[in-house]
Amino acid sequence: MSTPLLITLVVTLLAAGTAMCLRNLVHSALMLAICFSGIAAVYLQLNAEFVGFTEILVYVGAIAILIVIAVLLTSSGETPEKSVLTSGWFAGAVVSVLVFTALGWAVLHSHVLASGNAPAPHITVKDVGDVLMTQYVLPLEIIALMLTAAMIGAVIIAYKEEPGTDTKPQTSTKEIPAASVSAYVAGKEGAQ
Amino acid sequence: MFDQLDQIFVTLKHQLMGFIPGAWQPLVSAILSIALIPVVFPALFSIVTVIERKGIGRIQNRYGPNRVGIPFTKIRLAGFGQFLPDGLKMLTKEDIVPRAADKLVHFLAPVVMLVPVLLAYSVLPFGRNMTVSDFDAGVLFFFAVGGAVEISVFMAGWSSRNKYSLLGAMRAIAQMISYEIPLILSAVTVVMIVGSLNLSAIVQHQNQYTFGIAHWFVFTPWGFAGFLLFLVASLAESNRTPFDLPEAESEIIAGYFTEYSGFKFALFFLGEYLGMFAIDGLGITLFLGGWTAPFSFLTWIPSYVWFFGKLMALVCLFIWIRATLPRLRMDQLMNFAWKFMLPLALINIVVAGIWHFMGQDWQRWLVCSAILAGAYVVLGSALMKKQNLGKRTYRFAE
Repeated sequence: MSTPLLITLVVTLLAAGTAMCLRNLVHSALMLAICFSGIAAVYLQLNAEFVGFTEILVYVGAIAILIVIAVLLTSSGETPEKSVLTSGWFAGAVVSVLVFTALGWAVLHSHVLASGNAPAPHITVKDVGDVLMTQYVLPLEIIALMLTAAMIGAVIIAYKEEPGTDTKPQTSTKEIPAASVSAYVAGKEGAQ
Repeated sequence: MFDQLDQIFVTLKHQLMGFIPGAWQPLVSAILSIALIPVVFPALFSIVTVIERKGIGRIQNRYGPNRVGIPFTKIRLAGFGQFLPDGLKMLTKEDIVPRAADKLVHFLAPVVMLVPVLLAYSVLPFGRNMTVSDFDAGVLFFFAVGGAVEISVFMAGWSSRNKYSLLGAMRAIAQMISYEIPLILSAVTVVMIVGSLNLSAIVQHQNQYTFGIAHWFVFTPWGFAGFLLFLVASLAESNRTPFDLPEAESEIIAGYFTEYSGFKFALFFLGEYLGMFAIDGLGITLFLGGWTAPFSFLTWIPSYVWFFGKLMALVCLFIWIRATLPRLRMDQLMNFAWKFMLPLALINIVVAGIWHFMGQDWQRWLVCSAILAGAYVVLGSALMKKQNLGKRTYRFAE
């Protein structure tokens, strides 16, 4: 394992851990954005350009913003005084350790690793596109259709105006981002 | 001779590399390439601020800055030295942080704003063989780092603990998110036609001439529509008039950077302008042929001159628009993005596909132009019908 990869992994794990422990929800969301960037950096160091940049584009650019706006629209804004750990934290820790062990065991014993230490192929974005357009064209088209439908649906929901209100400008800054963000996530994923 | 002038920076760097011991060469080469970006573009920014103030002054029938020249001399330069005292003023001003502010997030926001913007320059081809980092997924990289700017805007608005800041941040995020979709979708057409996400390959594809006219994508029906969509969306992405609601000074003071002063304010200002240059540079690369000349008899002019000339032309267009158009209302802004630009961008993708599969016939010009013009008319009239435009009525306070 190279040093840059090690540093990235430590930063990512620290950010993920801090995101769980902070009391202020917005701080947690920002730490989560750092965690997403760290995951993207890991992908980039493993020569997965397309996944890495898409991770930044979708997760940092859209999902993190979605979380932050959802927090702002729902929470009262007050930071809780008491600890964020609930009484059942011990059970949660046991469950997460069990899940991690199960996943780790599954990965270590999968047939992908058993096929030996073949040199990793260098895959360009063009290769990914070629495979998507030939071998996996049906799933791609289905997902594209679904996302386009979701995007158009979101626009139609925003399009609907109550009778009699169309002369008044609706300048509510609260409603507009929430509607457009959900459509935006669909749109961004559709654009790829 | 002209070829040497065109490649002067490349050969200069190669000769410099000759003096460096072998082990250090990759590091020094990278530093040399990277160092040019934070030198050239902030310098361009300082000049553009003066051009903007003078240009808008001229359009609004008043004098812009016209006195400051070179310090300690009597040379005035028609006010073009104005950026020096402006920058010094920003540096020496007191840095005020509100007592209730979230100190760390408040401090980090301008940095988070500037870093992705500077990163975006690394994939732009400034001239022939002049790209800092020329890799396959260039377009994807540009849009990916652009996504991080929204986080910084939110950080600035939220951490200031000020209603104006938060309102400005919410407006800015809603606007950036809405206009990023037409921006990306209009760029997708170029990627489809070229078949590559590499920006240098996109420029090479446009570097051919028929009857002495370059194959710029803006000269095709889908490219023209795509360029206009890209231009409007890039105006909105860089928060320029008529889309400057996030910092509408008559309503919410300065939007998300209301609570910033001194050099942090200057960093936001710098980040905004550098973002505008970067997105203009991408538009030039995608639609206006990058560093290529428009006519074959002009190819002797060095490539970087073409790139920066086009960049300055687009920036001057933005300044002209800023001095001409009034600001949109929030609902008009959203309607325009979701009900007009998004459907038109989707139709434009279909038109680019038709263009590709109709071969080299002259009919494809007719078919593609007809579809786009029809879509423009139908969408435009549908959007305007909702506006109830008629004789304006005024209501006064009773």
